[in-house]
Amino acid sequence: MISRRTDLPLDGDVLAGFLPWLIAFMVFLAVVAAAGMFILHDATANWSAGLTHTLTVQVPPTKGEKALPAAEDPHVLDALKVLRTTGGIIRADLVPQTEVLELLEPWLGRDGAAGDLPLPYLIDAEADPDAKFDIATLRSRLTKAHPGISVDNHRDWLDRLVGLIDAVEWIARGVLLLIGLATVGTVIFTTRTGLSVHRDTIEVLHLIGAQDDYVAKQFAWRALTLGLRGGTIGLALAAPTVLGIGYLASGIETGLLPDASLGVAQWIALAFIPILAAAIATLTARITVTKTLAGML
Amino acid sequence: MNFDGSDYVVRFENVGLRYGLGPEVLQDVSFALAPASYHFLIGPSGAGKSSLLRLMYLAMKPSRGLISLFGRDMARTAREDLPGLRRRIGVVFQDYRLLNHLSAFDNVALPLRVAGGRERDIQKHVEELLSWVGLGDHMNASLPTLSGGQQQRVSIARAVITKPQLLLADEPTGNVDDRIALRLMHLFEELNKLGTTIVIATHNESLVKRLGHPRLRLDGGLLLGDPQSRRGRKGKGDEMLDGSRHMEAG
Ligand SMILES: Nc1ncnc2c1ncn2[C@@H]1O[C@H](COP(=O)(O)OP(=O)(O)O)[C@@H](O)[C@H]1O
Ligand SMILES: [Mg+2]
Repeated sequence: MISRRTDLPLDGDVLAGFLPWLIAFMVFLAVVAAAGMFILHDATANWSAGLTHTLTVQVPPTKGEKALPAAEDPHVLDALKVLRTTGGIIRADLVPQTEVLELLEPWLGRDGAAGDLPLPYLIDAEADPDAKFDIATLRSRLTKAHPGISVDNHRDWLDRLVGLIDAVEWIARGVLLLIGLATVGTVIFTTRTGLSVHRDTIEVLHLIGAQDDYVAKQFAWRALTLGLRGGTIGLALAAPTVLGIGYLASGIETGLLPDASLGVAQWIALAFIPILAAAIATLTARITVTKTLAGML
Repeated sequence: MNFDGSDYVVRFENVGLRYGLGPEVLQDVSFALAPASYHFLIGPSGAGKSSLLRLMYLAMKPSRGLISLFGRDMARTAREDLPGLRRRIGVVFQDYRLLNHLSAFDNVALPLRVAGGRERDIQKHVEELLSWVGLGDHMNASLPTLSGGQQQRVSIARAVITKPQLLLADEPTGNVDDRIALRLMHLFEELNKLGTTIVIATHNESLVKRLGHPRLRLDGGLLLGDPQSRRGRKGKGDEMLDGSRHMEAG
C-alpha cells in the first residue's frame, strides 16, 4: 500500500509545505461540523424524550360576572373530567394561577398580571408514552365542553424544531461530505502536480524497470505522513474551538439551549477525523498515481 | 549461420518513428541482433541514433513496424510486462539521467531495489561494482559533488548492476578523452564476453575503427548496412546478423 522508500525527492518540493495546511484546514472544518452535529443530535434526543408526552390544555377565562376561582370554574372541571376519562392520559392537574402568573411575568411585569387581566386556566396533563391516543378525538371532546378550549401537545412546535435541527444536521453531513470531496480534490491536484514535477525521475525509474506501484507507494507514504501531520494540526486547532463554544453556551442561562458538551465517545469519534483524512489522502494519492502513470509508456 | 526468429535479442521490421506530427525520423528500419553480439550504432548527428535506442529500451513506441525484444512482439506486450523486460536491459543515457538527490550508492542500487532485491545483497553488489569502477571512496557522495567522468561511471555502474542481457549506451564516450573512452569500451567488452548483447551509439570514428565491431549505420533516419553487404530494402536486415562478416567489413 505504501512505501517509505524515497527515490523521489517528494519531501523537498513546495507541495510538502502546502498539503498539510490544507488538510489541517479541512480537518478543522470537519471536526467543528461534526461536533456541531453531535450537539444538535443530542439536543433533539433530549427534547423529544422530555416533551413529547406532556399536554397543556388551556381553558379561556369566563367573561362577564366575577370569575370563579380556577378550581371551581365549570369549564375547567369539565375539561379535567374529560382528560381523566381519556384512555392513555395518566395525569391531569390544574396549574395554580400563581404559577400561571409567574409564567406570564416576563411579558406582563410583576404588577401588570396581578389585577384585572383575565387569565386563562392551564391544565397540565401527561400521556402514557406507550399508549397511542388520538389527540384529534381528545381535542373534539374538549371543545364540546367549551369551544374556546385549546390543546397543545407541544408536538407541533417540537416537530418543527426537530425538523429544523434535522435539516441543519443534514447540512452538516453535506458539509462533511464536501470537505471530504475537497480533500480528495486537493490530494489529486497536488499528486498530479508532484507527478509532473518529478516526471523525469519517474521516467528513469520506469526505464530501469520500476512498476507503477513502486512509484505509487512512495506518493502514498508521502500523502500519509503529510495527511497525519496536517490532520493533527487541524484537530489541535479545532478542539479548543469546540470546547470554547461549549463554554460560551454553558454561560447562557436558558433551558432551551442544549448541553453543548461532548461525551467521551464523541471526542474519540472526532479524534478519528484526522486519521480518516490521512487515510483518504493516502488512498487518493495511490489511485491518482496509478491512474496517471497508466497513461505513460 | 541463422537464428530462429525467437532467438534474436532485438528484431526490428520496417520500423518507422515520428515525433508527434513531425516527419519520420526513422524509416523502414529493419535489423536483428543475435545474442551476445556487439554493434556500434553510427551516423551523423540527427541521424536518429538516440531515437533508435529509445525504441529499444522501451521509452517510446514505434509509429509503425514491428519490434520484438527477447522474442516477444512489443505490440502485443501488456504494459504490466514492460518492467520485467526493462529489467533485462541496461541503459547508459547520453546525459546519464542520474537522480541528483541520491548518493552514488543509491543510484547504482536503484535497479536492484526497483526489482525488489534484498537490501543485504544489494549492499554487497553495489559496493563491489562501485569499487570496481574506481568509485569505492565516493559511495556516499552526493551526485552533484562528482565530476562528469565520475558521474558517467556511476551511470555505467547503474546500467550493468543487474547483469542485463542487453546493454544500450548512447554516446557513452561523448564527454571523456580517448584514454578513458577506451577503458569504458573494455568494460563493455568484458560484459559482452559474459553474454550481454551490446549496442553503442557513437560518432567516435577512431574508436569504432579500433575495436572493429560490426556497425549499424544510420543516415537521415534510414538504416544502411555496410555497403558491401547491403541487399536493398527488401532484405529484412538479415545482413546484420552475421557479426564476423561485419567485423571484416569494418
Ligand atoms: N523529442 C523529440 N521531439 C521531436 N523531434 C525529435 C526529438 N528527439 C529527436 N528528434 C528529432 O529526431 C531526429 C533524430 O534525432 P536523434 O535520434 O536525437 O539523432 P542522433 O541521436 O543521431 O543525433 C532529429 O531530426 C531530431 O531533431
Ligand atoms: Mg543522440
